[in-house]
Parts: sequence; C-alpha cells; structure tokens
Amino acid sequence: METKKLLLTFNKKVVEKPIVYHLVKDFDLIINLYRASITAEEEGFMVLDITGPAVKIEEGINFIVSEGVQIDDAQKAFRWDESICTSCGNCLTHCPVDALHIKDRNTMKVEFDQDLCIDCMGCIPNCPFGACGSIFQDK
Amino acid sequence: MKTYEEINEKIASKKAVVLTAAEIIDYVEEKGIEKAAKEVDVVTTATFGPMCSSGCFINFGHSQPKIRITEAWIDDVLAYSGIAAVDLYMGATQLRHNDPANLDYPGEFKFGGGHVIEKLIRGEELQLFALSYGTDEYPLKEIRTRFTIDDLNQATMVNPRNCYQNYNVAINTSNKTIYTYLGKLKPNMGNMTYSSAGQLSPLLNDPLYQTIGVGTSVWLAGAKGHVYSEGTQHTSAVERTENDVPAEGAGTLALTGNMKEMNADFVRGVSFKGYGVSLALGVGIPIPVLNEEILLKTTIRDRDIRAQVIDYSLDYPMKTGKVLSTVNYEELKSGNVNILGKDVETASLSSYEKAINIAEILKSEIRDGSFTLNKPYMPLPPNQSMKSMKVSEK
Repeated sequence: METKKLLLTFNKKVVEKPIVYHLVKDFDLIINLYRASITAEEEGFMVLDITGPAVKIEEGINFIVSEGVQIDDAQKAFRWDESICTSCGNCLTHCPVDALHIKDRNTMKVEFDQDLCIDCMGCIPNCPFGACGSIFQDK
Repeated sequence: MKTYEEINEKIASKKAVVLTAAEIIDYVEEKGIEKAAKEVDVVTTATFGPMCSSGCFINFGHSQPKIRITEAWIDDVLAYSGIAAVDLYMGATQLRHNDPANLDYPGEFKFGGGHVIEKLIRGEELQLFALSYGTDEYPLKEIRTRFTIDDLNQATMVNPRNCYQNYNVAINTSNKTIYTYLGKLKPNMGNMTYSSAGQLSPLLNDPLYQTIGVGTSVWLAGAKGHVYSEGTQHTSAVERTENDVPAEGAGTLALTGNMKEMNADFVRGVSFKGYGVSLALGVGIPIPVLNEEILLKTTIRDRDIRAQVIDYSLDYPMKTGKVLSTVNYEELKSGNVNILGKDVETASLSSYEKAINIAEILKSEIRDGSFTLNKPYMPLPPNQSMKSMKVSEK
C-alpha cells in the first residue's frame, strides 16, 4: 500500500465527471479528500490522497488522465512564499498540523513542510504579510 | 570609562569591537564584566515588528501651473494635506478609499498606508490624485499623476512612536474568536500572541535610557536615522523588576530617517484581519559601552524579561487594568506557556529572526566604519507617567 497526494484540475468540460466515485468503485482506492472546489461553468480543483497498491494507483491515475482531468503535484495547490515571509510566526497557532513550524528556537525562523500541509488554509488570513496563498482562494 | 568620542574614533579606524545583544550575553559570562567592558565598544540591539505610529512626509515639488493640495490620495489611500502646498503626510494605518473595513466583519484590509510606504521604498510607481479649491497663486484644482520615490524632493519617515520598551501579551478568555492588532485570538484561551524582540530589543537593553536619548543615531530600515523626541505615550515611571526592566509598555521612541536610503525588506505593509493595516518596521540601535553598568544592562536574557498577559476580549478594550498573569520571553518563544492551568500555544507578531538580521547588519556597518554613534543631546524624560484621555461631561 502506498499513498499519493494529488492536485486535480478540472477544466470546464469535465467538471461534471464523478471521478472520485470511479476511483473507489473501479480501482478499490482509498480516498482522503482535503479540499475541493468544482462548480459548473468554472475551472475546478481537488486536492486528495489516494491510497492503495502501487499498480491500482497507477491504473487510477491513468483513468483520471483519460477522463481529461489534469494531474499535478499537490504542492502546487498551496503557496508559501519564503521571500515574503518575515518569520514573525503569527501563522503557527493557526496551522493544526505544524506544517508551518519553527525548528530552531534560537533563530526563530519559520519553515514550511509541504508533506504535512493539509490545505486547511488556516494560515492564509493570519499572515499579515500575505506570504501564504492557495489556488482555492485565488480563483 | 569610555567616551562617545573614543568609541567613534575606534569606529572611524575600523577597530571598534562590536557584538549583538544576543552575543554579548555569553561573552560577558565567559570574560567577566570588567574585562568585557574594556574590550567591547558597542552592543547592537534591534527589533522588527508592526509599529502603527509610523508614517512619512513627502514633497512633490511644484506642478505647472501650481496647486495647493487640499485633499490627496496616493494609490487611493488618503494622505494628510493640511500643511504646505505640495507636502503630504502618509500614515501607516490609513485605509484605502472605499475599503469596506469591518462592514463585512472581519474585514480583510488588503492595502493601506503601510503598503503605500513599502511601495515607495521598493521604487514602484504610485498614483497621486489631488484636489484643491484654487487660489490666485495656486490656480490648479485637480491633478492626477504617476510617480516614484525618485521623483520626490524629500521622502522622510517620521514615526511618532516606535520601539515600545515592552509590550503586553494578548489572550482571549471569551467564548468567541476576536480579531486584534495582535492577530486572531481563538476563544477560551486558544492561543496567545506577543510582539517584542525580547533580549534583542533596544529599550530593554538600556532600560533606564542611559544611552538612548534625543539625538541617538539609529538604523532605521537601512537608513541612518535618529531619535527626534521621546515617543508618544513614553512612560518611564512604571513598575520595574530588580534589573530595571519595565513590567509593562513603558518607554517609546520617536524616529526619523530618509526613506531614499531605506531597504524595503525592513519596511513592510501589513494587513490584520478584522483590525486594519499597519507597517512592520526594522530598527537597530547601537548601545555604546561607556561603562560596566551600561554593559551589564545589555546582558539581559529573555528569561529575565516579563510581560503582562492581558485579556483582549474584555480587559484591554474596557481598560480595566486587570493583568491575568505574567510570562517571560523565554517561555513565550518556546511556543507553549501554561496560563491559569491551561497549556496555551504562543505566536509572535514581531520577527526575532529579522531582529537578529538587523543587529548583525548594524554590527557590520559599525565594524566597517560606515555607522558612527551620536551622543544624545537630551535624555528621555526619566520619571514620566501616562495620562488617560480626559472625557468631559456633555
């Protein structure tokens, strides 16, 4: 069993396709959906984990692509711009999974671990400098 | 033991021994105060955080024909024009025209005076829109033009209150979320926020204002600025711990500097959801080691500086004066503090990382001879209390 975190982008033509249903039903994959925003007449996004045997994951990914849905690395959904961040640390108590964290309490530098981020977007309105953003917010 | 003149001579010959207020702690512990005071010439202190009482005077030069501006907006942010013809003052907390503020609570406050000031220093183009009633010698009634800082005669930052000596810690004991200038405070003491560089902070390293006074040279966002006055609400007559460090807000500084010399990395517009806009600013202040006593004060540690925890859901807005608890900065920087039996996550609005960065930059500027010290020509008021607003009966 392995897990892959993906960002799916649905263009206007494919927003009505029940992708998640087929991933579960046809490929026996476990889905953990972090965030989705898919509405008719607009581009849609979905960030999810798919868990299952490697071969099933590959089949599932091939199916998604065949349906005309674009697959990207999930890290593209959330944006943390280190050049804007001042390491004030106001985000820290609004990040429930410590994806934004301080490793070294001597320097107090804020760091970001993409793998831990669950796209909750709690940091975004709590960054006074605008260092955090997401495709779900920007669209 | 040493004079300003002697220290400046050493700086000019690039021989000054300079350490940051973080480095000096271990240095004195290792060498002893007597030896360290002989060796070290300057200790650099610094802070970076939101400082609402900031702004700038700018002068455009005259248009042809001339205008005496009576109302003005820069990138749609109102500037004060009740001064001479083409002089304006842009304040950090001014909202953009038509910002819905908290009508749609909590407001987002994406752009305002602080952002205009940052854009200016970045060298970006801004728009001036100005109106006038017109006079015989200033006939023009309206002007719209684009400009950068290079087009201005002067762009002078003039901040009535910076570098608060200490600051309270915000917490929320109510059962609903509140939005403050110290960030979003979760209900039932869900988090707590502070804003101070602690052991690096300028006035915490000179708690009795023995070297920082009117005329002291300061590193203001990269420019060589100075203290032009006591800051507004400067309150020196406060409760102090045995190391003379104030238990509450206390001293403040009014700072000025040339924005054309500033670095935008240290002048940043900020948006606080539900509160408004402001400016985060980087300040470095050198402390001359004139004697052992002054040096000893700079060895203050985070654990020896205490801050008051205030309930921003009730005691702060209603000005009850109640203090829930006190904590030290070592605890605050650890990320978790136990308050009234509950473990509470902490976060900061000021950046210690940037403060270290500034203290290091100032250290290297003094070492290479490019930043010299000024002897203050007037001390900050030593025994001053703070008035509350007089609210008269109707």
